[in-house]
Amino acid sequence: MDTIKSQQVTFKVFRFNEETDYLPYYNTYVMDVTHEEVVLDILNRIKWDHDGSLSYRRSCRHGICGVCSIKVNGKGILACKSRLFDLIDVFGSELVIEPLSTKRAIKDLIIDKKDFWDKHAAVKPFLVSDIVEHPASEHLVSPHDAEKLLEADYCIQCGACHYSCPALAINEEFIGPAAFAAAYRFSADVRDEASVERLHVVNEEAQGVWDCVKCMECAEVCPKEVNPIEKITKLHNMIFEAGVAKNNVATRHAVGFAHSIEKHGLLDEGELVRYSEGNIGVLKHVPVALKMFAKGKIVLPWNMPKADKLDEIKKLIKSSSTVKF
Amino acid sequence: MEKLRYALFTGCTAKESTPEQMMSTLAVANKLGIELVELTEASCCGASHLQDYDDFLSLVLNARNIAYAEKHGLTMVTICNTCQLNTAMTKHRLDHNAELKAKVNAKLAEVGLEYKGTSLITHFLYAIIDDFGLDKIKEMVVKPLSQFNIAPFYGCHNIRPSELQNETHKSHESAYAPTSLDDLIIACGGVNVDYEEKNKCCGFHAELQAPRTAAILTGNAVAGAMDANADWMVTPCPLCHLKLDTQTHHASVAIGREVSLPVLHMQQMVGLALGCTPDELGLKHHVTKVDFV
Ligand code: SF4
Ligand code: SF4
Ligand code: FES
Repeated sequence: MDTIKSQQVTFKVFRFNEETDYLPYYNTYVMDVTHEEVVLDILNRIKWDHDGSLSYRRSCRHGICGVCSIKVNGKGILACKSRLFDLIDVFGSELVIEPLSTKRAIKDLIIDKKDFWDKHAAVKPFLVSDIVEHPASEHLVSPHDAEKLLEADYCIQCGACHYSCPALAINEEFIGPAAFAAAYRFSADVRDEASVERLHVVNEEAQGVWDCVKCMECAEVCPKEVNPIEKITKLHNMIFEAGVAKNNVATRHAVGFAHSIEKHGLLDEGELVRYSEGNIGVLKHVPVALKMFAKGKIVLPWNMPKADKLDEIKKLIKSSSTVKF
Repeated sequence: MEKLRYALFTGCTAKESTPEQMMSTLAVANKLGIELVELTEASCCGASHLQDYDDFLSLVLNARNIAYAEKHGLTMVTICNTCQLNTAMTKHRLDHNAELKAKVNAKLAEVGLEYKGTSLITHFLYAIIDDFGLDKIKEMVVKPLSQFNIAPFYGCHNIRPSELQNETHKSHESAYAPTSLDDLIIACGGVNVDYEEKNKCCGFHAELQAPRTAAILTGNAVAGAMDANADWMVTPCPLCHLKLDTQTHHASVAIGREVSLPVLHMQQMVGLALGCTPDELGLKHHVTKVDFV
């Protein structure tokens, strides 16, 4: 017979009631947990056995409604899906339980997700299509076309990626990974007719895909393996393919790589900055460039290194390029 | 132990804005008796930006780089987190998608190459830890860094997505509680300091497009290390290095606090502990002065 393994864990639980508290505080509970328990079991035990006022969201208990997402030691998780023993493996036996965003806490682990839903709505997260009320046949989507959605439609809107995204934490206009994944989901659907409209939304400076810092946090945190950054890359590609890319620092920065590689095989770092920023914009980088130059960190054009077999690289760029800018 | 041999993918920065990265890699490899065969034919990995513009082209170019490592029959070793990610991601996609692999190989055939999928891809940090071994490093330390509090800065593209990285090389580390750099600091005799930003983003990839976001991330990282009482920082990524070393003025303005710390490449730290000279390690190439050696 299997013996049930158990371990003592110290839980520090974030507490805050926006109606009565000025500042949040933490309650500490030392509890024995067994290897089959998930975080939600612990929250339930705290509520039922220790403090009935502890508030958190839960519903499906099957990892499909997305409401139970919180953070444990900074890692976004679904409370009903995350096994305690897996967390102990990574973090040891002291676990800090917090809402996804302490800034947005209303009561304990419950946050106000309005910004999340507003941004979600902004990308039209639904199929836009003229429906024939009485179609002669089914509107079939081929398996190949369905595959193009990748895993984008697995999103359960838990918000774990949204509230883990560092770009969003700094720039509140940024649409964020979950809504981008939704934008991709519908724009990549062969039946959809609002693709270009959505691409314009995600192409705007500050709010759009260009402000992503590429930290891969959204790919790491997502409990449903949606891989939002992959969809963000796809949106970048679609922006170029659909010809809606504007001629600005962000797009030139991407295109500049192709030019540079074609010329040298490698990246001409100095030229990339000039190409991206333009002749005037580049001036703001001069102070740093001078400091780097003094330390032997700038390669002058006539010393620019080149990859061997450059002819091979040029040939491949010519034959494999799929987009024009 | 059999002599370790790798195909070295230098990436672009080691040839340009971080010459000290190249110097210290070669100096450390030399000390450890690791042979590096430089892939002089390799092109830029696209640094995650070419991928935004032309995904297929970036796949072809990265597959070409790996094909050269395969020709040597060697594991490819990278010295840049972003090169590591883009190359590992290319390998993953081609190894899991026969149709895509065939399409890419049709292009490579035009220049007489083929991507087979036979070479592993690892970062020099993990080559040192997994293949060479921390215990052996410990034995070789001649100048322990015991008087220093050292702040590890992991850099996103070595640790996330962890599933990809863990399938590419042998180290299995958590993106939320990574240990490799901490372990290496300890092996070099230093004191590793813990701080919240150690596994966060430096902002490098958005520096031109979203300068405010990038500067705040840089500032937060250096401030976090300073508040943890670090004497200096260490990173396996030349791009993080550039951001943390050269952009402290913008970062200080952005977060409203003067921040600055010497930032060493992982190889420079190991080199110091192994007794390499500051000149061999290129310490004079730093913008934020390295004033403790
Ligand atoms: S990769 Fe981009 S969208 Fe995803 S968490 Fe990082 S900054 Fe946010
Ligand atoms: S993409 Fe993943 S992490 Fe983000 S909201 Fe959807 S399910 Fe949650
Ligand atoms: S309760 Fe529904 S996802 Fe956890």
